[in-house]
Amino acid sequence: MILQEAAAAGIHPLAGTPADWIWLVLALPLAGAVINGVLALVTEWHPGPFDPDPIHTGEHAIVPAPTLVERAERSTPRLMTVIEGRRRHGRPGPGDHGDHHEHGDEAGSHAPPARHPFLPLVSVVGPGVVIGAFGVAVMAFLAMLRADPEAPFILRYWNWMTAGSLRIEYALQLDQLSMLMTLVVTGVGALIHVFSVGYMRDDGGYARYFAGLNLFVFFMLVLVLAANYPVMFIGWEGVGLCSYLLISFWFTEKANADAGKKAFIVNRIGDAGFLIAMFLIFWNFRSLDFGPVNQAIAALPAGSPMLTAAALFLFLGCVGKSAQIPLYVWLPDAMAGPTPVSALIHAATMVTAGVYLVARSGTLFAAAPAASLTVVVVGALTAVFAASIGLKQWDIKKVLAYSTVSQLGYMFVAVGTGAYVAGIFHLVTHAFFKALLFLGAGAVIHAMHQAYHATGRDDDAQDMRNMGGLRRYLPVTFSTMWAATLAIAGIIPFAGFFSKDEILGATFAQARGSFLSHASWLGIPGSVVLFGAYVLLVIGAFMTAVYMTRMMLYTFHGPNRTGEAERRHLREVPLVMLLPLLVLGVLSVVGGWLNIPPLLGTLGPVGVLDRWLHPVLGAPAAALAAGRVEASHGAELTLVGAAVLVAVAGIALAVVRLRPARLVPKAEAPPESPGIERTLAHAYYVDDAYDAGIVEPALFTSRNVLYRGLDSGIIDKVFVSGIGWILPLTLGRIGSSLQSGRVGNYAWVLVLGALFVLGAFTLR
Amino acid sequence: MIAEALFFSGILFAIGVIGVLTRRNAIIVFMCVELMLNAVNLSFVAFSRMHGVAGQTFVVFVMTVAAAEAAVGLAIIIAVFRHRQTVNLDRLDLLKG
Repeated sequence: MILQEAAAAGIHPLAGTPADWIWLVLALPLAGAVINGVLALVTEWHPGPFDPDPIHTGEHAIVPAPTLVERAERSTPRLMTVIEGRRRHGRPGPGDHGDHHEHGDEAGSHAPPARHPFLPLVSVVGPGVVIGAFGVAVMAFLAMLRADPEAPFILRYWNWMTAGSLRIEYALQLDQLSMLMTLVVTGVGALIHVFSVGYMRDDGGYARYFAGLNLFVFFMLVLVLAANYPVMFIGWEGVGLCSYLLISFWFTEKANADAGKKAFIVNRIGDAGFLIAMFLIFWNFRSLDFGPVNQAIAALPAGSPMLTAAALFLFLGCVGKSAQIPLYVWLPDAMAGPTPVSALIHAATMVTAGVYLVARSGTLFAAAPAASLTVVVVGALTAVFAASIGLKQWDIKKVLAYSTVSQLGYMFVAVGTGAYVAGIFHLVTHAFFKALLFLGAGAVIHAMHQAYHATGRDDDAQDMRNMGGLRRYLPVTFSTMWAATLAIAGIIPFAGFFSKDEILGATFAQARGSFLSHASWLGIPGSVVLFGAYVLLVIGAFMTAVYMTRMMLYTFHGPNRTGEAERRHLREVPLVMLLPLLVLGVLSVVGGWLNIPPLLGTLGPVGVLDRWLHPVLGAPAAALAAGRVEASHGAELTLVGAAVLVAVAGIALAVVRLRPARLVPKAEAPPESPGIERTLAHAYYVDDAYDAGIVEPALFTSRNVLYRGLDSGIIDKVFVSGIGWILPLTLGRIGSSLQSGRVGNYAWVLVLGALFVLGAFTLR
Repeated sequence: MIAEALFFSGILFAIGVIGVLTRRNAIIVFMCVELMLNAVNLSFVAFSRMHGVAGQTFVVFVMTVAAAEAAVGLAIIIAVFRHRQTVNLDRLDLLKG
């Protein structure tokens, strides 16, 4: 089955080691998805006759047989009955609702039950397969540590397609970069799966949820382990699909279904760019495998228009997937999904695929400085723009969503400036602390929901105005989330400090003089662009500290605003949810030790990640940094100090200025004061602008021009009806006049025909 | 001898065809069809002198079928006359498209 070939030069050092078993990392989550998917189908299947259209016929002659879910529901009383029901929403829009449990109530036949009938099995299979995949990945990692290969280990399995000189194989590529990503995806993924066991326990779609989550892990691993662009694209599209399925997981509420569609459609725009980039790459290099493409690029002069075009189209794909300006709008809405999904897909892994793609195509981007500067510009603008929106959000998940968009901007600035290792480093630390923040938010929402449920109140469990003072009730969540907050704000020695500082330092160093700073972007010198990006990132870092502190203050500090009766029911979440929080908390603290800068060498081993990723990312990074003048230790120390100072100032400002005691619950809250505050709370009205500028005109055009004009007007009226009208008048009239009905005429035709045939035979 | 018989058969057949094509009365058309059948019978008999008894056997079959056909055909014509009060073929054009 495995047509494994040794790498080009003889036997690869990884051949014969556990790295051969890397396909298991993919197979395990896929098997989990299949098992859980079958269980979900079994439980939600309607046996027997099923009325396909019970709403519109108005007749319920056929009563659908109950599903297993409904039978389970009848035997055990429903846990969430009280708060399930029609919830009032303050303002319309996706994501503006607590996402836990209060769904599917009106749907009737598909309403979720108290507990899933296969709960124990799913609880073992779902997280089990990802933990197993993590185990295999660790074994491959240990083998790689021993072998320390310079060339990527390529495993070829099947031939996918052959057309002319195009030959695409299902091939996996194991190198230091994909190994690191595999560890992050399976490791953080396993923790989030474990958390989900507690979080989703009371949901009727339990098996469907884990099927989606496992499938997501599978596709994400395909994405990071692919050895060529098309296989990567399978993973790229697959994670988009799973994102759609899980955002609209509670699809009986229209807002959730709309949020899923929005994510899917916005991602399509980016994916078109990815496809065009692949066409360009194949057209020019006659290959789509990473290795040959990189070799071919290295042979070309830097900055040729074709390379720039290919890199820019590739980046368009990244902009869609990684939620950068102008395609970031889907990510805040994606918070409509369950919170662990937001943690895994929309914070830790999937949205970082764009950063991974730029790093993976580092050779291409390094050969196209204009494209790299575009990445820097987009990343820096997004970092500040999203951070400023995060300053005024009330929904705890929305704050984190905009924070994710902003942090992704940092990563893009890093990979755009050629600091690929810094970008990947921030990707890893961000996966730790942002997953922790989202899971912590999930724990908070879970506790809020349990409290509302206990008293039967119907209120928004995600609005920070309804929280406050939760540190007394959720002490573990509180402390781990503070660790993550300090990490994302960039306080030494938490993980985010090292990675963010590396990005800032690299941007500044590149700006002072390097290959990139001598390039130009739309006529602007590269050094100006890079300095501008640096300033924006520092401002963004300040805002990050402010909005994160604000979120923590409003959620955990000050007086509690949940309500007198509910307060007694607020309590810490179960152990299965706390465990992932604690592990991620430790990682958020020590994650920075992965790559300590030489400046702080006293703290531990210097530049571990730098050395680890050097075989993959060393060459493109060196190309973009060519001619760089290294700053003195004093200047570097000043920069680091300034970065920490900015973070501390942000936290201090938030602590001094914000008064959690003055907040009132959401129901009593006054509208935002007009001006900048309202603009920020409405995310600069970008969604409204897109609606008015793109969605509405597109709908208008498709309804009036394409549907009424082209489809009904031209195709239906002219072609279909027109042909039906003209044919009876012409051909039909001739044909019918031939049918006189007189036997004599037919006899004439018969005789003449016979004579003709006879004559033809005779004269032949 | 055979040439004369075949010539006579051909004349008979042609007369039958012309009658079928030109006449409007169903009875006459019907009789012309019989004429054509008997022209064929004549050529069968003529050939049977050279090729053995098979031709004569065929003639017996053809006459049997022709008798049956005559019965059915006349019955149809009578039925049509009862229905339409005419046997003029030009006026029997219900199959007109």
